[in-house]
Amino acid sequence: MSTPFYVSPQQAMADRAEYARKGIARGRSLVVLQYADGIVFVAENPSRALHKVSEIYDRIAFAATGKYNEYESLRIGGTRYADLRGFTYDRTDVTARGLANLYAQTLGNIFSSAAEKPYEVELLVAEVGETPEDDEIYRLPHDGSIIDEHGSVAVGGNADQISSYLGQRHREGMDLGEVLRLAVDSLTREAGGGERELTADQLEVAVLDRTRPQTRKFKRVPVRQLASLLERNGSSEAAAEDTSDSATDDTSGD
Amino acid sequence: MAANSHEQGRLPAAFLRPGSSSFLDFLTDHAPERLPGHRALPPVEGAVEAVHGTTIVAATFTGGVVLAGDRRATMGNMIAQRDIEKVFPADEYSAVGIAGTAGLAVELVKLFQLELEHFEKVEGHTLSLEGKANRLSTMIRGNLGMAMQGLAVVPLFAGYDLERGAARIFSYDVTGGRSEEHGFAAIGSGSLFARGSLKKLHRPDLSEEQAATVAVQALYDAADDDSATGGPDFARRIYPIVTVITEDGYRRLGGTEVGEIARAVYDGRLQLPDGPQAPAV
Repeated sequence: MSTPFYVSPQQAMADRAEYARKGIARGRSLVVLQYADGIVFVAENPSRALHKVSEIYDRIAFAATGKYNEYESLRIGGTRYADLRGFTYDRTDVTARGLANLYAQTLGNIFSSAAEKPYEVELLVAEVGETPEDDEIYRLPHDGSIIDEHGSVAVGGNADQISSYLGQRHREGMDLGEVLRLAVDSLTREAGGGERELTADQLEVAVLDRTRPQTRKFKRVPVRQLASLLERNGSSEAAAEDTSDSATDDTSGD
Repeated sequence: MAANSHEQGRLPAAFLRPGSSSFLDFLTDHAPERLPGHRALPPVEGAVEAVHGTTIVAATFTGGVVLAGDRRATMGNMIAQRDIEKVFPADEYSAVGIAGTAGLAVELVKLFQLELEHFEKVEGHTLSLEGKANRLSTMIRGNLGMAMQGLAVVPLFAGYDLERGAARIFSYDVTGGRSEEHGFAAIGSGSLFARGSLKKLHRPDLSEEQAATVAVQALYDAADDDSATGGPDFARRIYPIVTVITEDGYRRLGGTEVGEIARAVYDGRLQLPDGPQAPAV
């Protein structure tokens, strides 16, 4: 007869946390930054079809890094939650705070339940407000904790280094072109201190733009527009013009 | 650790279940009592007295389609509301107009809009126009039980088909039967008169403004002969709702814009009370 092998609770949780962290660290990084007109999401993602950044509701977007099937099911769950809530009450009653809380509970439950494997995901939920002060960004690590972020945030492999790089250089009120160049600079930094090239077609970029006339503020930035935004140096007016142009010709909100 | 695995506050399993991109399917699974078609009605003698919306017309023109509705809602022989809105955007490239029980119709439209938006968000692209028309068909069919108790809802659906590059109109019956209309269509109590009017006035080569005028003429004719359809109310500045869908998407004409069209139609009727005349041969 064998006695069950004793593992202290501390050890068990540490093992689970390490398992999740390793899974997340394998994924490419993702950064979210505030700029003058809203919030921008920049992810390194060679796929055009499998998104890391998605629309949840009028002013709310979702970004995730880690295991695709796990964050995809959380994304769809969040969309269902938001749409049901908006249908039951009103569109203005759907908030990023409520959604982030729900994600934290879900991730926390899965993390501490012995019957399930921890999710190898790290989520970001952001809501664009009427002014930059009203913007909300929440970071949700694998264990169900929730962190209220401001200015800039990075998740995924090498997130610490990218975060500190962004923290030093990000300012309030930057325009879209400036903030995109900063985001791409931060993503090209490698853990060893080297740098590599990132072109527009390797990036997935989307914005929550508070100046959009539609109620749905989420919009993907197409590769062509992204390339021109990245090339341009410092001409802020032209960059702003470019965004509003494409906001009118791509009105589907996708 | 097992003690911590309570289910409180977390997303219920139905929310995380993969498979369907349809909000209706999700609601059927998770909260069927929320769906209009799943409510059990107590047996009633005769028809239930409820607010009814009336006439909706649609007409195509070069590059798009006009969908318009009058503003009257009636309950029996009483006017329940003078400024009801019965034409709504379904999404960026389609619109839906509703005749029948007003309360149910508004809920149905809300669900239909949500269904299209939900699919778009989950899948990352919009449904085809055919797909949208079919979804609406399913929703109307779900309301059949209510329709048999006198609470029918009948929509008219118009949109721009980006794949075909053409504007299309779909009409429905209470059982959810769907048929594509060519050129023009009308539904509701005044539809007989509106359709007669459209038949004489509509041409496929109309401009956008002409098509809007034809729609207002048809509604005027419907209001002329049907007591449940309201004409333009110049004293209160309540004019029909006129929407236009083209390759550029959905647009609702502003109050002053429709006001001018209605005024022109009215001025014409001062000379010819029965409206513009078509040649006999």
